[in-house]
Amino acid sequence: MRLSCTVNGTPQQVDDVWEGESLLYVLRERMGLPGSKNACEQGECGSCTVYLDGLPVCACLVAAGQAQGREVGTVEGLTPAGAAPGELHPVQQAFLEAGAVQCGFCTPGLLVATDDLVHRSLAEGRKPADAEIREALAGNLCRCTGYEKILDAVRLAADRMAADPTAEAAR
Amino acid sequence: MSTPTRTPSGAPAQMTGAGGRVGDDAQRPDGVLKVRGEFAYSSDLWMEDMLWGVTLRSPHPHARIRSIDVGPALAVPGVYAVLTSDDVPGEKVYGLELADQPVLALDVVRYQGEPVALVAADHPDTARRAAARIVVDYDVWEPVTDARVALGHPTWNQLHDAPAEVTELSRESANLHPHGNLVRHLKVRKGDPEPTADVVVVGEYEVGMQDQAFLGPESGLAVPGEDGGVDLYVATQWLHVDQRQICAALAMPPDKVRLTLAGVGGAFGGREDLSMHVHACLLALHTGKPVKMSYNREESFFGHVHRHPATMRYEHGATRDGDLVYVKATIYFDGGAYASSTPAVVGNGGTMGIGPYVVPNVHVDCYGAYTNNPPCGAMRGFGSVQTAFAYESQMDALAAELGTDPVELRCRNAMEQGSETPTGQVVDSPAPVVELLRRLEAMPLPPDVPTGDDVDLRDMPGGVSNTTHGEGVRRGVGYAVAYKNVAFSEGFDDHSTARVRLEVVGGEAVATVHTAAAEVGQGLVTVEQQIARTELGVDQVTVHPKDTSVGSAGSTSASRQTYVTGGAVKAACEAVRARVLEMARSVVGRPVVDLRLDGGKVVSDLEGVALPLADVLGDEVVEETLEWRHRPTEAVDPETGQGFAHVQYAFSAHRAVVDVDTELGLVKVVEMACTQDVGKAINPQAVVGQIQGGTAQGLGLAVMEEILVRDGRVQNPSFTDYLIPTVLDMPPMRVEILEYADPHAPYGLRGVGEAPNISSGPAVLAAIRQATGLPLTRVPVRPEHLTGT
Repeated sequence: MRLSCTVNGTPQQVDDVWEGESLLYVLRERMGLPGSKNACEQGECGSCTVYLDGLPVCACLVAAGQAQGREVGTVEGLTPAGAAPGELHPVQQAFLEAGAVQCGFCTPGLLVATDDLVHRSLAEGRKPADAEIREALAGNLCRCTGYEKILDAVRLAADRMAADPTAEAAR
Repeated sequence: MSTPTRTPSGAPAQMTGAGGRVGDDAQRPDGVLKVRGEFAYSSDLWMEDMLWGVTLRSPHPHARIRSIDVGPALAVPGVYAVLTSDDVPGEKVYGLELADQPVLALDVVRYQGEPVALVAADHPDTARRAAARIVVDYDVWEPVTDARVALGHPTWNQLHDAPAEVTELSRESANLHPHGNLVRHLKVRKGDPEPTADVVVVGEYEVGMQDQAFLGPESGLAVPGEDGGVDLYVATQWLHVDQRQICAALAMPPDKVRLTLAGVGGAFGGREDLSMHVHACLLALHTGKPVKMSYNREESFFGHVHRHPATMRYEHGATRDGDLVYVKATIYFDGGAYASSTPAVVGNGGTMGIGPYVVPNVHVDCYGAYTNNPPCGAMRGFGSVQTAFAYESQMDALAAELGTDPVELRCRNAMEQGSETPTGQVVDSPAPVVELLRRLEAMPLPPDVPTGDDVDLRDMPGGVSNTTHGEGVRRGVGYAVAYKNVAFSEGFDDHSTARVRLEVVGGEAVATVHTAAAEVGQGLVTVEQQIARTELGVDQVTVHPKDTSVGSAGSTSASRQTYVTGGAVKAACEAVRARVLEMARSVVGRPVVDLRLDGGKVVSDLEGVALPLADVLGDEVVEETLEWRHRPTEAVDPETGQGFAHVQYAFSAHRAVVDVDTELGLVKVVEMACTQDVGKAINPQAVVGQIQGGTAQGLGLAVMEEILVRDGRVQNPSFTDYLIPTVLDMPPMRVEILEYADPHAPYGLRGVGEAPNISSGPAVLAAIRQATGLPLTRVPVRPEHLTGT
C-alpha cells in the first residue's frame, strides 16, 4: 500500500508498505529515520516513543496504515528546523549535561516523553514535581543509568524551558 | 569496498570532542549524535539491496534431530537462501573458552532456542514466514534441569535435613557432552581442614537466572567483500575474540574477516558470546548480498547467555566475640547447555565466595555444570553477584546468633590492605571495607514510613493501586559490602593495544586514538579522549571507529577497559610525547630538562619556553602503537586454590531502606546509598552513573528479575513478563566516592562497573529481612515468600 503522512513537518510518501508493518518499521526502514528505537517492539519499553498528532505513542504499536494523513514527530525533529549546527533542543542539551545518556538506546523515547511532560506542565503554569516525572516516564525503560541522572536531566530541562517560554513542543 | 550506511546519504561518523581531562566530568563524544537520534546502532544499519536474515530455533530443550527439510522455505518468493549446519564451511562448533557450541545445530539440540537453520529474504517478515515452513523432525528427549542432578550429586532442599538421595540419570543421553557434565570444579583449601567454633550458622541459598536485558537487540550487518571475505558491523564486547571464532567457522584468515563496532545498546556481559555474527556472515557470503539481522525482544531472550542461577550451602563458624574462625561453602552454578564463560564464573565464585573478610580456615567447593537449561555466561559481576547474596546473608545470620550489630560484625572481620585472601593472595593496595561501611552508617536516614491522612499513595508499596495507606507497612534497613576482581584473572594474558597519532589539522595539533575496545555505553570513548588530552596537552582528540585493523583491546568486561585500554592509551601517548619532546629539543637547540606538553604548547618553566605544538610538529605525523599489559596473575593450584589469581580488587558497600506491605508481600525500596572506592575517578560523572546503574541491576535481581525456566523451557521471554526496574522502582540514591590510589594501576584507578552491582542486591535483601523477620534465602524475593501464601 501507499502511505502518506507528515513527519517532523515534512510530507512523506512511501510505496509498497506491507499491511503488517508498524509505524516504527516504516520510519526506520523506509523513511531513513532510525532515531526511534526498536528495543522491545511490544509496547513495553518506550524506546520508540513518537508524537502522533501531538500525543506520545509507542510507534511499534501503531500499524503503519494508522498514520495515514497524520502528523508524526520523532526524535530527529526535536531540534528546530533551521537551528545552527550543534544547537540542541533544551531537553537534548539537559540529557547530555546531566550525564543521562550512557548507551543511549532509551534516550530518543525518553526525550520525546520528557518534551511532552515538560510542555504539559508548563502549559499549566508549573514545573513537574518528582512524583509526576516518575509517573510520566514509568513507561520508558533504561538499563544503564538507574534513572537518577534522567531525573536530573528532566528537572534541568524544565527549569530552562520555564525560563524560555518561546521553546516550542516538537509535536 | 562499500560500507554500510544507515541511510543512503549517511556515513559512520568519527567522534571528535573538546574539553575534559583526567578527573573532569567530560561529556561523551557520541552524546550529541545519541540525543539527536543520529548515532548508528547495530540495528540501524542499512544498505541498498540488503537482505534480512532470521534464525529458526529449537522448540525443545533436549532432542535429537532426525531430519531437516528446507524445501518448503526455499519455495517462498523473496527467499534467497536457507542454510543449516551442512553449510558451515569451517569449524562447526565455537565458544569463548571451550569450543562446544554448534554454529547451527548438529545432531542434538541441548537447549530451547538453539539455532537450527537460517533464512535470508528481501523482507524480515518473508524470512520469518519462510523459516516457519522449515520441517525439522525431532526425537524429543527428557531434559536435565538441575546442576546437582547433572553431576550426580545429592540435592539438599531443606535446611539441616539429611542430603536427599542422588538422582540417577539412567538414560544414554544423560551425559550432555562427550566430556561429561562437569565444566569446572574449583577447590579452595586454607588452614585447618576440620576447624571448630563456638558459634556456627548454616544456610542454603538460591539465586534465580537474571537477564542482562540490554535494550539494543542483537544485530548487525554483514557485507560480502570483493576479495571473497566479509565485513561485519556488529554490536559486541570484544571484536577480536569474535573475529577468531568467525574465522574458524568460515575457514578464513583474519584479513578476510574484518569487524567494525556498530553502535552498542548496552551489553552487561550478554554480548561476550557470538549471537548472529557467524550467521549473518554465512548468509552474506552465500547470497553475495549485504545481510542484516536484528533479533526482536523474544528472540533476544534466547539469543544470548544469562546470569548463572546458583544453589549454595554455607557454614560459618565464629568465636563468641565475633571473630570468624572458618567458612565452608559448596556452590553450584548451572551453566546450561554450553560452557560459555562458566569456567571463569566458577573461578570468581570460588576464589571470592566468602566476601571481603579475613578468615583463617576456608573450605570451598565451587562447581559449574552443564544442563539443558538456557546457556549461562557473563553478566556484570559474575560469580560474585550470586555468592554475595549467600555470604552477606550469612553475616547477618551470624550477627543475629551472636546478638551483635551486623555492621559491627562486618567491620570486626573486614579485609584491609595487607590482609590475606582465601587464595593466599596478600591484598597489596587499599581495601577500605570498614570505611565504606562506616560512611554508610553516618549518612542520614530517610523520613519514617508516611502515615495518616496526608499519605501520598505514590510513596506506598503498591503505589497508586491503592493497596495500603500505611497499614501493615514495615520499614527495614540493610547493609552489604562486596568485592570483585578487576580485569581477567588466573594467568590470562590480559592486554590491550592502542594507536595514538598526533598531527596538525587546520593549524591545530589534533590527537587520534585508535583502539578496538568496545564502547557499550559505559563511556570508554570519553576516557580515551581524557587520557589523550591529559598526556598530550591538546584539546582536540578524535576517537577512531573501533575495528580489527588495530590489535586486540581485550574484552569490555570484568570492569577492565579503563584500566587496561586506559593503560594502553596512556602508554602510547607517552611514547608519542617522548618523540615530540625530542623534536622540540632540536627546535630549541639545547637540552631542556623540564619540557612538557600543555595547552597545545611545548612548555619549559625553567627556561621560559612555550612553543606552539603545531610549529614543533609541522608536517610531521607522530604515531605510536603499543601493546600494554597489567602485572601478570597466575593460575590457582588445582587442589588448594592457592595463588596470585587477581590483579586488582574493587570494593563497594550499600545501605538499603525498604518499606514492605507485609499483608500483600509488596516491597518499595525507599532509598539506596552506596560507597565505593574507585582509586581515581577518571570521569566522576560517569563513575556515579556506573554506580547508579549497577545498583539498579542489583536491586532488580533482589526483588523482580528472573527468567523462569520450567522443564528447560523459558516461561517469560518478554519485557511484559521479565520485569526490570522502572523509574518508579528506583529510589533516590546517595553516592560517596572514595579515591585511594592503587599504586599498580594507571592513575591509581580501580575498575568501577561491577562492584556496585554486587553489593546492592544483598543490602535490599537484608532490609526486607529486617522489615519482616523472615529468613528469605532466595532471590528474587516474591510476594509469596513474604506472605507465606
